[in-house]
Amino acid sequence: MKTKIIKAVKFMGLGYLEPLIRLITGEEVRKNSKDAFKRILFPLLSVVVFILLWHSFSNYLNNVESTLKIEKTLKNQGPEAAKKLEDCIASGDISCRPNSLPSPAMVATALGKLWDDHKIMATKKQDFIDKYETINEERAANGEIEIVYTGRPSFVDQIKTSLKTVFAGFLLSIIIAVPLGIVLGLSDTLRTSFNWLIQILKPVSPVVWLLLVSMIVKTVLTDVDVEKSFVISFISVGLCSMWATLVNTSVGVSSVDKDFMNVAKVLQLGTIKKIFKIILPSSFPMIFTGLRITLSVAWMVLIAIELLAQSPGLGSFVWEEFQNGSSDSNSKIIVAMFVIGIIGFMLDRIMMIFQKLLTFTD
Amino acid sequence: MSQTLTHTNTIDHDLQGFEKYMLELSNITKVYPTPKGDFVVLENLNLKIKEGEFVSIIGHSGCGKTTLLSMIAGLNPITSGEIILDGTPIKGPGPDRGVIFQSPSLLPWMSAMENVQLGVDKVFANATKKQREDICKYYLSKVGLDGAFDKKAKDLSQGMKQRVGIARALALKPQVLLLDEPFGMLDSLTRGELQDVLLEVLDKEKTTGIMITHDVDESIFLADRVIMMTSGPRAQIGDILDITYDRPRNRKAILEHETYYSNREHLINFLEH
Ligand SMILES: Nc1ncnc2c1ncn2[C@@H]1O[C@H](COP(=O)(O)OP(=O)(O)OP(=O)(O)O)[C@@H](O)[C@H]1O
Ligand SMILES: [Mg+2]
Repeated sequence: MKTKIIKAVKFMGLGYLEPLIRLITGEEVRKNSKDAFKRILFPLLSVVVFILLWHSFSNYLNNVESTLKIEKTLKNQGPEAAKKLEDCIASGDISCRPNSLPSPAMVATALGKLWDDHKIMATKKQDFIDKYETINEERAANGEIEIVYTGRPSFVDQIKTSLKTVFAGFLLSIIIAVPLGIVLGLSDTLRTSFNWLIQILKPVSPVVWLLLVSMIVKTVLTDVDVEKSFVISFISVGLCSMWATLVNTSVGVSSVDKDFMNVAKVLQLGTIKKIFKIILPSSFPMIFTGLRITLSVAWMVLIAIELLAQSPGLGSFVWEEFQNGSSDSNSKIIVAMFVIGIIGFMLDRIMMIFQKLLTFTD
Repeated sequence: MSQTLTHTNTIDHDLQGFEKYMLELSNITKVYPTPKGDFVVLENLNLKIKEGEFVSIIGHSGCGKTTLLSMIAGLNPITSGEIILDGTPIKGPGPDRGVIFQSPSLLPWMSAMENVQLGVDKVFANATKKQREDICKYYLSKVGLDGAFDKKAKDLSQGMKQRVGIARALALKPQVLLLDEPFGMLDSLTRGELQDVLLEVLDKEKTTGIMITHDVDESIFLADRVIMMTSGPRAQIGDILDITYDRPRNRKAILEHETYYSNREHLINFLEH
């Protein structure tokens, strides 16, 4: 039982929990408590240190900004206004808070607020749907268009949209890059002929891909009723991120162990069997490494692309908050930053688990 | 006396009557082009192997043994000369020649069973699924792998991997078995066990085969003839020693045989000069 749990935990990349599990079950208390301290307590301590540093840095920046503001008011509006501003800042009132790096506490508050907003918006949406359910049924029966909810998406909705876009883009890059990589890997001629194209396209910036894709999509999808901005952003994400998979797949396929190829030759396996029984399994580790890079690149460029394409998602959330400039906008941007980071980390972990499940290690 | 004569006559008659050679290498030359010019590994090498005969090849490291074997396997092109297998010149590799490499080169993501099955499915395409599975199981048990059929190849020990490699080659019922230092990477205990396994198969199925080895005792123990190759470049066959012990063979009996040490000395002398 215990060994099973430890194995599962390690498999998920959470190996640092091992000493704690052993400690709880009372095994080698002295050694394991030392290990548990080292592998859990110290990382936790580092979080505390990080927050403290952040806190004092944001304090420092706020002080600098307040001093500047007060001096400026003193110069422009005289001592009375300056005194008033100083009192206002000292009282901690939101209206005159310096607009600089938010403190950890402010970010935590913003997170709470975003969550509350989400719950409120979700009930609103549900109410709307309940209210229009029968009406919409009638309208559908009469051949009229249904009335859909057009309220502002909440933070959680934005996260969901971003995840949807990134998966669509990731899927697209798998569909394009894996088969193409196999073909290129199998043929030296094709690989050397098209190498220049790959090398040139690989470093192209997400922004350019976005522009290119929107040029094409706008012409192709003139009157089709789809969310154009979604299509544009997921295609751009896919095209931006597929290169790692393409290159890794073609390298993996072209460098299959000579011994394995000899086995295929001696047994005179047909092409299909050779690809599926020997070439693909043996290049799986390489392909998966490529897919992991692809997914993390996809997630990274997604934010920038959403921001530029004005398509809904975390990117446009960040952009809107930046434009909005209300008192807690900065805090919300930092919340988004952590959410983006944590989701990216989790996506990579999920891919790692798949990789371990599906590939052999010799 | 007269009986012996008749006996000899029959053998002569058999050889002339059949002249059945499973494998004929004639004037084999192999040249590797290198940046410093052509490197002639083998030059005008001739060798004939009868059906059911098992020969071993010994020679110094780098003289071209692996090169020779891989050409017979069809994995390495011949520069000039011809290799005839059962009457037809070989063109490329094929399952009629079972190869056992020094490293077993199993497909690590497949089970022991699947590794054997890959070839069996190909060679016995007309047999039923059940029959094919039985063939795989038969050979896997034969090499002592009962109970490990479904283990992934990557989880097997070196010795077990080589056992699967042997089962994989044997299961195809090849016309010729080609072995390149098959036991070189194993500990001496496992090596002995696998030699016995191979010997049993040879005694029973009369498989034609060629085995490269560095082990003088192994070559005597298993082969009907030991081919001694001269050192390269331009390596050729230097000497041939007939090993006439009766089959089925038994290790202990051979070790105690009066000619064992003279055979051994013959081979060691060749290698030392
Ligand atoms: N692909 C190649 N290109 C050039 N030279 C090669 C190539 N393969 C082998 N050789 C050379 O040919 C010679 C014979 O090699 P080979 O592997 O056949 O020797 P071997 O008798 O099997 O040696 P060992 O006993 O060490 O296995 C060596 O000198 C080797 O360096
Ligand atoms: Mg060799």
